[in-house]
Amino acid sequence: MHDRKESCGGGQGLTRRTFLKHLTTVSAAVASGAVVGLILPKGVAGAVEINYDWTRHRWVYLIDTRACIGCGSCVRACRQENDVPEGHYRTWIERYRINTEGEANVDSPLGGEHGFERIKAGGEVRKAFFVPKLCNHCAETPCTQVCPVGASYTTRDGVVLVDKDHCIGCGYCVQACPYGSRFINLQTHTADKCTWCYHRLTKGMTTACVGACPVGARIIGDRENPDDPINEILATQRVHVLQPELLTKPQCYYSGLDMEVR
Amino acid sequence: MFTELTGYLFPNDVHISWSLMIVMYPYITGLVAGAFIVSSLYHVFNRDELKPVGRLALATSLCFLPAAMLPLLNHLGHPERALNIIITPNFTSAMAGFGFLFSAYFILVLLEVWFVFRSDIVRLATESRGIKRRFYSLLALGVYDVSDEALAIDRRFIRVLAALGIPMACLLHGYVGFLFGALKANPWWSTPLMPVIFLFSAVVSGIAMLIVLYQAGCRFKGIEVDREAISSMSRWLWLFMIMSLSLEILEIMTLSYERAEEWEVIGHLLTNQLSISFISVQMVIGGLIPFILLMLVVTMGGLMHDKLRNTLSLSASLLLLLQVLSMRWNVVIGGQMFSKSMRGFRETYVPGLFEKEGVMAAVLIFLLPFILLTFFEKVLPTLKKSEKDES
Repeated sequence: MHDRKESCGGGQGLTRRTFLKHLTTVSAAVASGAVVGLILPKGVAGAVEINYDWTRHRWVYLIDTRACIGCGSCVRACRQENDVPEGHYRTWIERYRINTEGEANVDSPLGGEHGFERIKAGGEVRKAFFVPKLCNHCAETPCTQVCPVGASYTTRDGVVLVDKDHCIGCGYCVQACPYGSRFINLQTHTADKCTWCYHRLTKGMTTACVGACPVGARIIGDRENPDDPINEILATQRVHVLQPELLTKPQCYYSGLDMEVR
Repeated sequence: MFTELTGYLFPNDVHISWSLMIVMYPYITGLVAGAFIVSSLYHVFNRDELKPVGRLALATSLCFLPAAMLPLLNHLGHPERALNIIITPNFTSAMAGFGFLFSAYFILVLLEVWFVFRSDIVRLATESRGIKRRFYSLLALGVYDVSDEALAIDRRFIRVLAALGIPMACLLHGYVGFLFGALKANPWWSTPLMPVIFLFSAVVSGIAMLIVLYQAGCRFKGIEVDREAISSMSRWLWLFMIMSLSLEILEIMTLSYERAEEWEVIGHLLTNQLSISFISVQMVIGGLIPFILLMLVVTMGGLMHDKLRNTLSLSASLLLLLQVLSMRWNVVIGGQMFSKSMRGFRETYVPGLFEKEGVMAAVLIFLLPFILLTFFEKVLPTLKKSEKDES
């Protein structure tokens, strides 16, 4: 897809650097996790989580749409890590093809889980790009607002979660999310959504999707940590959020977002 | 089940998470609120011509109440946790108010029923023997004073309860509209008009249901249908259906005239996925036709033979019951026929016959209030031959 090369060009240097940086962090985290897991008995390995102080973090997510190659690794990693039932998605990838008339053709076969079929270069398509989607973990989230029992909540460190032992499965939050990020899990009969792999974040690891992305199109960072590279990017580059007019204050930022994406 | 999709839908939007049960819930709640408002027209606003249906209206409201809760319980993924709504309510959620509103309203209707039927309960308790006597004594709650002074106090209580009940009924049902109207994620639901539309259509369905129940009850019991009561209910029904339909049309017209972003989706929805249920059923068969039928009853009712008037009002009522059901369907299901991507649609949604939230479950739930009402009529008759002669 020649458009892809073009659109990737702008952010490539940065992407590679960020990717390598993250690769180091991830490998270090995985390695230390493995070491801790080997040395300490299972119960104590969880101690990392106990030491986690949620007042000292605030998580944000950044997607570089120019970098995404639509390989679907993130979707597969998410399904495997979080046991997401078939037919539902905590994350997915959309492909946009804008023709010469300016009309957008959007698709996401099986959420992009198995990648996308190649399309021929040239022809009607003027520009094309991939957009990974996931829960935006909005600061003013309409989904937790409507949960009648408080089973859906935002953690101190900015992650929107569902307590599946308390959720009554009414589906109101599914209706309230403007981004289609929630679904009713037919195995647990409760609301389900992306957790930014909170079980990993709190152990010092990165999310499954970020870890699986081969091009560094997805990064998660901590606003409370001044050394986190995400703060530099958010401070100096142009970023956008999905459907800003709804004032949900998404904490998932996009760079290189096209106006056709909502 | 194979689902036909057009355009691009967010992958999680392919599923309909609010099913037929969520159509039945506002429908039944509307009947509860509507029937109550008819009984209040008599008790609070002294519409004496409605006296023959005053008690039936109250009994109807009471009998439909438990059935209003059942679709919700059946819909929940974890019905055993339903009480969490009351135990750990999240007050930023519109839905959290449900438990409190519903319980408060239930208590109010029960109290009013007790006061209205108290003299009957006492009479039946003193007249009957054996188990029957015990049963009615239990209902009497140990109060047997039916002196004129006591009954006068009862009437005052009834008036206060009926008056309190009007805003409560409006809240109970306006709130159901609010559940949909206050969701900014869905342009087909998100309008401040939604609670108002729900309220007016609730009153329409309530009056229509009473016309049907009253005529059926009279036929069953061999009582003559009261001319004034039917004429009056038809007039009220006509008024409320005009208001309800006008609001429904106004909402669509505004959206269409503004040509806002959402019209691209909603216009498509109304002329494709909802063309039968919205245009044919909600607007023409359930809207225009009963409008004409009721217009005939209201304007020329005096010249009509009783039988013709009753038939016309009965037909209009049955059609309006269908209209309100289709309106609930169009709101609840219609709002899920398009994706929040605003780029794709589901082509059809047909609930299964025997699935958990399917057609049979809906029919069974809807039958329950009629069974309760038959039982109620046996225990405390609401329709009596001597009704008109009583003070």
